[in-house]
Amino acid sequence: MQADAVAAALAQAHRSEWAFVLSATVRVAGDLDVAEECVQEAYVSALQAWTRDGVPERPGAWLTTAARNKARDRLRREVTLRRKLPLLVEPATVDPHDPADLDWPDAAVPDDRLRLVFTCCHPTLAPEARVALTLRLVCGVPTPDVARAFLVSEPTMAARITRAKKKISEARIPYRVPSRAELPERLDSVLTAVHLLFSTGHTAGEGDALVRAELCDRALYLARTLAALLPEQAETRGLLGLLLLTDARRATRTDEQGQLLLLADQDRTRWDQRAILEGLTVTAGALASGPPGRLTLQAAIAGVHAMAPSLEQTDWPRVVHLYDRLLAVWNTPVVALNRAAAVAFADGPAAALPLLDELATDPRLADYPYLPATRADLLRRLGDAAGAAQSYRRAMELTANAAERAFLEQRLAEVSRAAGAEPPPG
Amino acid sequence: MTKYAILIYDDPTVYENMSPEAWGALVDAHSTFTKQVFELGGSLAGGEALAPTMTATTIKGGGTVTDGPFVETKEALGGFYVVEARDLDHAVEIAKLCPAPGGGVEVRPVVDPTMNPF
Repeated sequence: MQADAVAAALAQAHRSEWAFVLSATVRVAGDLDVAEECVQEAYVSALQAWTRDGVPERPGAWLTTAARNKARDRLRREVTLRRKLPLLVEPATVDPHDPADLDWPDAAVPDDRLRLVFTCCHPTLAPEARVALTLRLVCGVPTPDVARAFLVSEPTMAARITRAKKKISEARIPYRVPSRAELPERLDSVLTAVHLLFSTGHTAGEGDALVRAELCDRALYLARTLAALLPEQAETRGLLGLLLLTDARRATRTDEQGQLLLLADQDRTRWDQRAILEGLTVTAGALASGPPGRLTLQAAIAGVHAMAPSLEQTDWPRVVHLYDRLLAVWNTPVVALNRAAAVAFADGPAAALPLLDELATDPRLADYPYLPATRADLLRRLGDAAGAAQSYRRAMELTANAAERAFLEQRLAEVSRAAGAEPPPG
Repeated sequence: MTKYAILIYDDPTVYENMSPEAWGALVDAHSTFTKQVFELGGSLAGGEALAPTMTATTIKGGGTVTDGPFVETKEALGGFYVVEARDLDHAVEIAKLCPAPGGGVEVRPVVDPTMNPF
């Protein structure tokens, strides 16, 4: 067998089968660390075995069997030691006292990968630990890469992951998919983690571009997996639609110099039409499955933008209507601010200014750079150059992102020139 | 089953200013809670209410004895239960029902002395 072909098959198996192999091995090992080591060993032995015998027909099944055998060997070897270690809580069969298990009819006990995802995103873990654990355990991303993605040192990230794993085993966070009654709430924590993963990769600015693209791809993979495994939960499809429609603009978010480009200045002909088509289809399906949740509504808004030939030709009344519905299910000041920006396009900048005045009294937005940035843009469009300049300066004080600051600086220079050109008052 | 401590952190002034009726209702709420633990499939392994922090005496590392609780905070440890639960989800489900009118509760696994969790 060609070494290249084996290496390629292994890399492919690592990308697509890791979660499947690990989640099945955890059930035997009863411990996340032991399971991880066994899976890593299985990949190492695959390199030898596949070079010798060829790549098996079902690499995932081969790896799972190998990893589970390694876990069983270890359990036998370390039986006395194991007795001293807390095992992951995982009922071997359906537990008649456990409402979560009774809820799932026997054959429908969900995919092992779901157990892994729900355990990694358990609400009793810190939010940043949920995202890191998901990347490490569900996606199989090595700890140094996880650390680079979140711009922290490797020891910091390793400690964060270790702490989270320790809490899972010491506090006995169960290795299980929650009951149907709990599912929507628990799923929200999972979907939020995947969305955060994507946003970390998508936000322009600091960090290695390649690492960031990888994060977006991982998040998309997770969203696809969740939508495939829990299709009856419409928000899984809402998330997938939102990520696809946002990711379709990936190539056009910055210019050649890495400068941030606003929706208005992006080259829409370079948006990924295949991703848009898939995103629209998935989102339409989610919208048709009942009262939409926050992710589905955000996807619908992204869909309106994706279909518009230009900023001016966007169906702004529809965007405002979708923001109204989003506010009804997810009332946050940031959503209200985005709604105000849409109102400025639907009904003119003057109509949106009172909405911003109202939001300015919300202490949660006190340090939010997009509030003064939005105000500056409205004032600029209304011809109030001096007022715009003042708001651009305020926004620049608040932003931490270099690409955003450069953008604001450029706008400030433009309105300052315009203000200078105006005849003196009086 | 695993043992979890449910630690009740409350603002002591809530208790100081409580009317006799409210106090009676709180005692009833606790007795209801101890029944609910079993109804939810858990069991009760212990628990006590603690006298107010003004009665506390603290002995720091060097043996220095001082008046007051170990840490001065608005919410103080006012009592605890020890329950047996299947896992953390189950323990949290039980703990959500624990009365804590002036604060909240913290759930901590109780360590099995035959193994070192650190």
